[in-house]
Amino acid sequence: MTEIYIAKDKLPATIGKLMSEHRVYGPVFEGQYHEFVELKAGDEIDLAYQNTRLSPKGLFHPHSEKMCQFSLAKDDPEAGIMKEAPKDYSPRIILGIRPCDAKAFRLDDANFDTPTIKDPWWTQRRATTTLVGLGCNQPCRTCFCTSVGTGPFDPSGLDALLTDVGDGFMLQAVTDKGKRLLSSMSDGEPVPPAVGEEAAALKQSAEAQLGTQFEPKAIAEKDMLELFNASFWDEVQFSCINCGTCTFLCPTCWCFDIQDEVYEAQGDRIRIWDSCMFPLFTLHGSGHNPRNLKLQRVRQRFMHKLKYYQDKYQDGVACVGCGRCVKFCPVNIDIREVARLMSATCVCPA
Amino acid sequence: MNNPYLPYPVRVESIITETEDRNLKTIKLVFLNSEDEQKFQYTPGQFAELSVAGEGEIPIGIASSPTEKGFIKFTVNKVGKVSSYIHNMKAGDIMGVRGPLGNWYPWDLLEGKNLVIVGGGFAFTTLRSSIVYMLDPANRPRFGDITVVYGARFPGLLLYKEELAAWEQRDDIRMHITVDGTTDPNWKYNVGFVPAVTKQKAPESENSYAIICGPPIMIKFTLPVLTELGFPPERIISSLEMRMKCGIGICGRCNIGAEYVCKDGPVFTLEQLSRLPNEY
Amino acid sequence: MQGYTERIQEAARRLLVDKQVDVVIGFRKGTVPLMNEPFLAKNVDQVRQLYWDGNCGMNLANYLPKRTDRIGIVAKGCDSRNIVIHLLEYQIKREQLYILGAPCRGMIDRRRILASLEGKDPSSAEEKDGVIKVVGSDFEVTLDRQEYLQENCSICIHRNPVIFDELLGEPVPEQQNVDRYPDVNQVEAMSPEQRWVYFENLTKTCIRCYACRNACPLCFCPTCFVDESRPQWIGKSIDPTDTRTFHFLRAYHVAGRCTDCGSCERSCPVGIKMRQFTKKMEKDIKELYGYEAGVIADQRPPLDTYRPDDPQQFIK
Repeated sequence: MTEIYIAKDKLPATIGKLMSEHRVYGPVFEGQYHEFVELKAGDEIDLAYQNTRLSPKGLFHPHSEKMCQFSLAKDDPEAGIMKEAPKDYSPRIILGIRPCDAKAFRLDDANFDTPTIKDPWWTQRRATTTLVGLGCNQPCRTCFCTSVGTGPFDPSGLDALLTDVGDGFMLQAVTDKGKRLLSSMSDGEPVPPAVGEEAAALKQSAEAQLGTQFEPKAIAEKDMLELFNASFWDEVQFSCINCGTCTFLCPTCWCFDIQDEVYEAQGDRIRIWDSCMFPLFTLHGSGHNPRNLKLQRVRQRFMHKLKYYQDKYQDGVACVGCGRCVKFCPVNIDIREVARLMSATCVCPA
Repeated sequence: MNNPYLPYPVRVESIITETEDRNLKTIKLVFLNSEDEQKFQYTPGQFAELSVAGEGEIPIGIASSPTEKGFIKFTVNKVGKVSSYIHNMKAGDIMGVRGPLGNWYPWDLLEGKNLVIVGGGFAFTTLRSSIVYMLDPANRPRFGDITVVYGARFPGLLLYKEELAAWEQRDDIRMHITVDGTTDPNWKYNVGFVPAVTKQKAPESENSYAIICGPPIMIKFTLPVLTELGFPPERIISSLEMRMKCGIGICGRCNIGAEYVCKDGPVFTLEQLSRLPNEY
Repeated sequence: MQGYTERIQEAARRLLVDKQVDVVIGFRKGTVPLMNEPFLAKNVDQVRQLYWDGNCGMNLANYLPKRTDRIGIVAKGCDSRNIVIHLLEYQIKREQLYILGAPCRGMIDRRRILASLEGKDPSSAEEKDGVIKVVGSDFEVTLDRQEYLQENCSICIHRNPVIFDELLGEPVPEQQNVDRYPDVNQVEAMSPEQRWVYFENLTKTCIRCYACRNACPLCFCPTCFVDESRPQWIGKSIDPTDTRTFHFLRAYHVAGRCTDCGSCERSCPVGIKMRQFTKKMEKDIKELYGYEAGVIADQRPPLDTYRPDDPQQFIK
């Protein structure tokens, strides 16, 4: 089955049935904002939400992840030897994820799932998770997905796509995983033709609203060293306070630190989100720091996202236009403005 | 699924102090499981992450050569938390090794060529690996003339002193050992900065590759000498250092431009570096 | 306060042309509603970008430490008190600064305005004559400025700059009979168990981005305690104990120096009300030492001075 219609009053029952067979995650409003939580009985999912504060990358690459564990007990013959940490890869469904965030996972795959090295936790979680996206009828003013190779109804990162047509949802399968999911859902109705038309119209209207705000291709075509040495970085970097807000909220930022944490006679080797914005990020043991200055760190982030990633993987920019960094940067550094500076025709020094 | 973050358990067989200031120690490690040693097939130029449970991991160039069986050796500079802990370890202690990581010196390109190896201070570790590898009877015929210029600030800071002296006696390798200065009246070798000695000994650049490893100041002044001797950027090879954590190109911190020093390097030619941002 | 934009531009132009300063630090208009970006004007051409309105909440004194040039800087009441602390702590020299004092009627709280829109997306928010008009594609609301002041501004008792070279406008009347500590009193009245739960909840969403620390002018240590490794004082993950330790310790490090500028709360991406830590410190310092940070130019913060008559009833 490739598409079904679910009336809104039937949705809670549908979700309940999915929950009986899978771990289901959906956007829930908690405190001040929405976040993806594993749904328990009684949780209220809000599919009228704009987007979660933190990107759902935490569902695959959590802030803190135990990598290995070890004993340090003096009488333990295995003391000091690293052991695997157990993980739960039981199947999950992420319900209502925005297409931009789902596309971001495809961009992150280039980093975690390479021909030679595979990150075990990222890849296994990706393999056992079904992404059911929710198209954006009403993009925000800070969204710019259409400028970076995705869109409000882009299926390319999803297994299935929901479109909110007012009284119900049209659910379309995108991948085989999605088709299997739809086949397992016995309570869907056939899609009325008017609904199909409504969905197409919503997509067109959302994409038109977003327009094109800059051209990543122009940045790809520029010489890397010319961009690196451009004079506009000095102006871009002044207000930055080098916090981790942009990197931690961003669905395509994946950098991490590795720390050993010991409690009495046992310990864990964990990985935790790290940020190229932090001065310690590139500090050598000798004391030398190639990115000692704030300008170098600010430049690194934008060059990585908009230029180095394009050069390395030929798969567009490492940005999906979710707009979180634009909304929450405490000093309003706007990646769209930086991208415009980077793609402008002349980067000659002032 | 294979976990690339899980180190092989190893035992410290010996740990000896290399330098007079006690800042450099060479640690000899033996794999606890022989199948791990089989998996750890490395090529001179590569590095590994030395892991100490409870402290952390550090990326260190492999100083032993794959022709040396039954153990692996690393020379560790004491600069921080993990390296200090390793310096205080004893024979019999357990730690971990992850690797081999990174790319290696381009041995396929070096077949049939002459080699000029220039090293300074404690950057000589992977150069030792390379020299032992090349001098092995099975490998020596593959290479032409081998010239080595290796210097330190004073005699006590040279690494692998006994081996240096032994190589100096051989006729299949030209060793130019030097120090910046010394008050030792019995010093047998050269006195002078590495760039100056390199210029003086003027090794042939025809059909030659240069491998250079050392502190930034040494590299800065030696590169013009090599260029003047006729080495083009694509035949000058260097190995870079960077702060690393995962060592496998995933944690994102060791990049120079679009290259990860841990995965696309640490060995780069000067020509490759000239196309990268000057941020290292 | 609306007129400040012209006054700032005029002063900046004059200072740069006369070569009294090398740069001017102020704000320029943001790219999203209710935000402005700290801006460094290096020459006369850039002066026209300088802008001022009720969204200039970030503390510009944050950009002063380690600068070696001569700087013109716009400073509200709180910013100017932080400049005093910078001078006392040798982070900048007085002769480097030309301070454009900005008497302030309070900055508006973007977070609360956006929350009141309940998910609606604004395209603009303009302030005029005491009201804020927020407009979106399908809505328009008018809000009373006084209702939507940043919390620290609503209880501010130092709205006028305490140090300046020229004032951008007439001094504003200081608020009288302000109770600065109802929230602190509420926590002080709690039992230890209740307090534990209160602080557990306060920091449970922290993602250790350090926006609070980096936005704070007082946090200028070359290596922050969270980044030390020998010894390592706290873990770097979001473990709740480590996270609480970070927030508590930072509050203690700014005790007696914090001017309640609110930049920490303003910059937190997950909306943690971390002034709940620093307000308690401020209250204790006021009661024990009679001191308010940065108000009197030559009065050092009490925790970096020793007087024989220092209160010590807390030493048991």
